[in-house]
Amino acid sequence: MSVIKDYTGAKLGMWLFLFTEVLLFGGLFLLYAAYLHKFPSEFHLAGKELNVVLGATNTVVLISSSWFMAMSISALQQGSVDQSKKFLLLTLAMALTFLVIKYFEWSAKIEHGIFPDSPELLARPAGEVVFFGLYYLMTGLHGLHVILGGGLLSFAYFLIVQGKVTPQDFVFLENSGLYWHLVDLVWIFLFPLFYLIA
Amino acid sequence: MAPDQNSALSFFDRQPGTLGGITSWIFSTDHKRIGIMYLWGIMAFFIVGMLLGFLIRMELIAPGRDIMDQQTYNVMFTLHGVIMIFLVVIPSIPAAFGNIFLPIQIGAEDVSFPKLNNFSWWLYVTGATLALVSLFTGNGPPDTGWTFYVPFSSNVTTTNVNVAVIAVFILGFSSILTGLNFVTTLHRLRAPGMTWTRMPLFCWSLYATGWIQILATPVLGITVLLIFAERILGVGLFDPAKGGDPILYQHLFWLYSHPAVYIMILPAMGVISDVLPVFARRDIFGYKMIAFSSVMIAFAGSLVWAHHMFTSGMSDTAVLVFSFLTFIVAIPSAIKVFNWVSTLYKGSIYTDPPFWFALAFIFLFSIGGLTGLILGSAGTDVHVHDTYFVVGHFHYVIFGGLGFGLFSAMHYWFPKIFGRMYDKRIAKIACVIIFTGFNVLYFPMLIMGLQGMPRRYYDYLPQYALGHLISTIGSWILVAGLLLMFGNLIKGALRGKRCSSNPWGGASLEWQIPSPPPHHNFVTEPVVDRGPYDFRGVERDECD
Amino acid sequence: MTEHHEEHHTVTYKLNTIIWGLLLVLTAVTVAAAQFDFGFLNVVVALSIATVKAGLVILFFMHLKYEKPLFKIIVFITFLLLAIAIGFTFFDIGYRY
Repeated sequence: MSVIKDYTGAKLGMWLFLFTEVLLFGGLFLLYAAYLHKFPSEFHLAGKELNVVLGATNTVVLISSSWFMAMSISALQQGSVDQSKKFLLLTLAMALTFLVIKYFEWSAKIEHGIFPDSPELLARPAGEVVFFGLYYLMTGLHGLHVILGGGLLSFAYFLIVQGKVTPQDFVFLENSGLYWHLVDLVWIFLFPLFYLIA
Repeated sequence: MAPDQNSALSFFDRQPGTLGGITSWIFSTDHKRIGIMYLWGIMAFFIVGMLLGFLIRMELIAPGRDIMDQQTYNVMFTLHGVIMIFLVVIPSIPAAFGNIFLPIQIGAEDVSFPKLNNFSWWLYVTGATLALVSLFTGNGPPDTGWTFYVPFSSNVTTTNVNVAVIAVFILGFSSILTGLNFVTTLHRLRAPGMTWTRMPLFCWSLYATGWIQILATPVLGITVLLIFAERILGVGLFDPAKGGDPILYQHLFWLYSHPAVYIMILPAMGVISDVLPVFARRDIFGYKMIAFSSVMIAFAGSLVWAHHMFTSGMSDTAVLVFSFLTFIVAIPSAIKVFNWVSTLYKGSIYTDPPFWFALAFIFLFSIGGLTGLILGSAGTDVHVHDTYFVVGHFHYVIFGGLGFGLFSAMHYWFPKIFGRMYDKRIAKIACVIIFTGFNVLYFPMLIMGLQGMPRRYYDYLPQYALGHLISTIGSWILVAGLLLMFGNLIKGALRGKRCSSNPWGGASLEWQIPSPPPHHNFVTEPVVDRGPYDFRGVERDECD
Repeated sequence: MTEHHEEHHTVTYKLNTIIWGLLLVLTAVTVAAAQFDFGFLNVVVALSIATVKAGLVILFFMHLKYEKPLFKIIVFITFLLLAIAIGFTFFDIGYRY
């Protein structure tokens, strides 16, 4: 029986899984592209209502989390388990920060009566209804991925503590990292599409 | 452990030092056991789907109400579609036979991610259970048709669409993980000497299929999630009253569901490419072209989705472009058919049951493919769109293609899986009955479609009565043939003649290990130095 | 199974940090660029900068630069297919809306 770990195979599997995530979000990006084409001026107006400062802050937060993640893997590859753990905790802290900011952003919008199927929103032009529909669906699905990614990273942390992810066998951390970077990638596109289109 | 002792045990037997029992199956990471479990699941749902189809035909035997009311009829054809597509056809050959034979054919011990493989099976079971739950909860089973078109599915129907789409989502996830596993396995676990051009064509077809599963299925995932979001939150992305565009739903749906047609047919094409050379006793004609055409079909098949939407109200430019692109897919499909026929030329043919089913496949798939060109051409499609012509066409492709490919695979690998042989004479009789029933059932549909009989209608005008009557009689013949075939196979599995490892004289690796295969497939890792269809020196073992 | 002697390329702290810096600069650039109105080009500019950022993340943070050619090919095919899916849809909506 083979006990030798197929490292490349494990990474290949993870990349293939990431492709499915790309296409999952891809369906929503397709809708976004179509509706932007249909309602350019409504998207422009609706985009202005989103808070660019919060959006940009969250972008910086996620980019930094990706940096910490990359550092955590580099640290483990170089054999410094403690540093790797520290960077991983920083990544998780950034993930949490992102979710907290997102929470306040959503709450503010919902307090103003802007959420799917709300009378306030339905009174607006069709393009804006679609814009906010997409906004909630895409950032919502993305937020769900942040939560899942956070769970995955916590589990990776637990495995490092357990000594099951080590400088010799770190594919689990690397694959979790790949997943986390994808979450960042999606946000890199969501940010300009929703906040800067104005 | 001692390999000699272990290699004598088949994968059906309890492994020494383990508890055995049901948990050794449902939590098994052995690709062969997982494949067998898929096979049972798929067969069970095939019987259910077949029964639903049988009842639909009974209702249509004469105009007016015969055995059920309209709503029941709508539910029946929806369930027939959902069960057949998502629970039978898509997992059929890849998840069952792919799981059992892909690792063996490339000389591997298992797939790359055995635990994930078991997880896929659990997802399949969960999805199937949810699909059943959707029948008995909420306001009755979904009545949308398997396509779940909006706005009916999102804003109109009150039936239990929510649970059904979640079931579809989970089944899609299961399919993705299987595809991911196969692609990784084929890249990473080929035995020494097993180059890409020495792989059996079945593996090539699963490779192409795996890619479609990975890249297309997530689009279905997001599509059904959007239906869910529409129903729960009323977002309005597909609701014209709120600014949405229902046609975009159709784009998303067919972005998956057209490539899904190739998830269904490619593995069957792989089976046929494996079966024909073995029974013609000669190398496959044009190995590289067949392998390449699988990948080509996978790619070209991703570019043509909107040909399902010619009459949906999309732009004329799109109709023109997608109609043109559709014809491109015909080229790699035709390459395969011509190469199969050329393989038979000057072969020394053994007419065993798998070969009979393979011939039926070529005949029926050709009819399915050619009627597809009539539908792909925008001008003629306007006339036959949403008629029985479409129903006839896709049954010729999916049942005549995939179905007969599956039956061929069942008869071909049966002695390898069970170490026993079914009654060959009855298998041939069953094949003829199924083939006859099939054509009596579906050919009148093509004619009725050309005459204008719309699909999914509960009632029809008197001029279609004869066609429907013939079609319903065909369904009886078909069901009789299927029951005979299944009965023969079950009897063969229990009490058939014992067979040694290579009853057909196959040259690929699965025929070089005992039947049924042992737990660890190979005692020593095989080294491959010849192609999969090189029959020099390969003999057929007789069964006793 | 066969032995796999695999090389693991380690990205240095320094390179990681440089990439992080570049991503922050590009974020600033894209926010700044949004203050000007390029008309139709607004979306093009925003998406081009996003694509460069995505490229940096994929190549360095996700180590694609150091992976086997196979990985690069399949990543390319995936994004190509996504582009086709969105692009071909415009054969419809581009002429309908």
